[in-house]
Amino acid sequence: MSDMMDDMEEGGEGVVKKFMFVNRKAPHGTIYALEGLEVVLISAAFDQDVSMVFVDDGVYELIKGVNTKGIEVKDFSKTYRALEGYDIEKLYVEKASMDARGLTQDDLIVDVTVLDSAEMANLMAEQDVVISY
Amino acid sequence: MKIGIMVSEGPYNHQASDTAYLFARTAIEKGHSVPRVFFYHDGVNNSTKLTQPPQDDRNVVNRWSKLAEDHGVDLVVCVAAGMRRGITDDILAPGFRISGLGQLVEAGIQCDRLVTFGD
Repeated sequence: MSDMMDDMEEGGEGVVKKFMFVNRKAPHGTIYALEGLEVVLISAAFDQDVSMVFVDDGVYELIKGVNTKGIEVKDFSKTYRALEGYDIEKLYVEKASMDARGLTQDDLIVDVTVLDSAEMANLMAEQDVVISY
Repeated sequence: MKIGIMVSEGPYNHQASDTAYLFARTAIEKGHSVPRVFFYHDGVNNSTKLTQPPQDDRNVVNRWSKLAEDHGVDLVVCVAAGMRRGITDDILAPGFRISGLGQLVEAGIQCDRLVTFGD
């Protein structure tokens, strides 16, 4: 580990930052959504102020009734319901992304807060760390 | 300013790793520090010493190694993403190490900025 990293270790204790994970991709087709969930769960273990955002095709990650048997990949959609157990309760969905795909909150497997694009932009501006995939 | 970096695409197929490298190098030249680069998703493929690009092209992996050597940048490869893609300790290029996602979160906590490169 470098000297710079050693410097960084000092003073990092007890810091709580606002972490936002921006989910922009469909759950299947690429691995971003599945692998992205892993860092979300880790961040909770670091006691950070975590929120998740679902925009663009990312809203499909929360859709009910997923069945991945036909494409022979793991169905991880239930993981979103387990987030609450990790104290990750701030889930936001962009209204325009849902509207463009004909989705409503009734189509989603978890309770979310729906924001318009301006509200979403304000929320993003408040964050310390935004990790997008 | 302390700048952490996340790279989420592999070399050559995508420009993310090139841009991240040029950003890191320039930031250091301008007097900032880049304590850590975290390789996630297909970004883990930037860490293998087995790559052999043509002589007349840039060597993406070696450039990262040199940045680590010259400036003490900590190049961290996600263990879970690496295992999926066959990235193990014995094929790591110099300067890279394999560790957990906590290293990415830690960089986010301890750096002034975390900059992500990918799709």
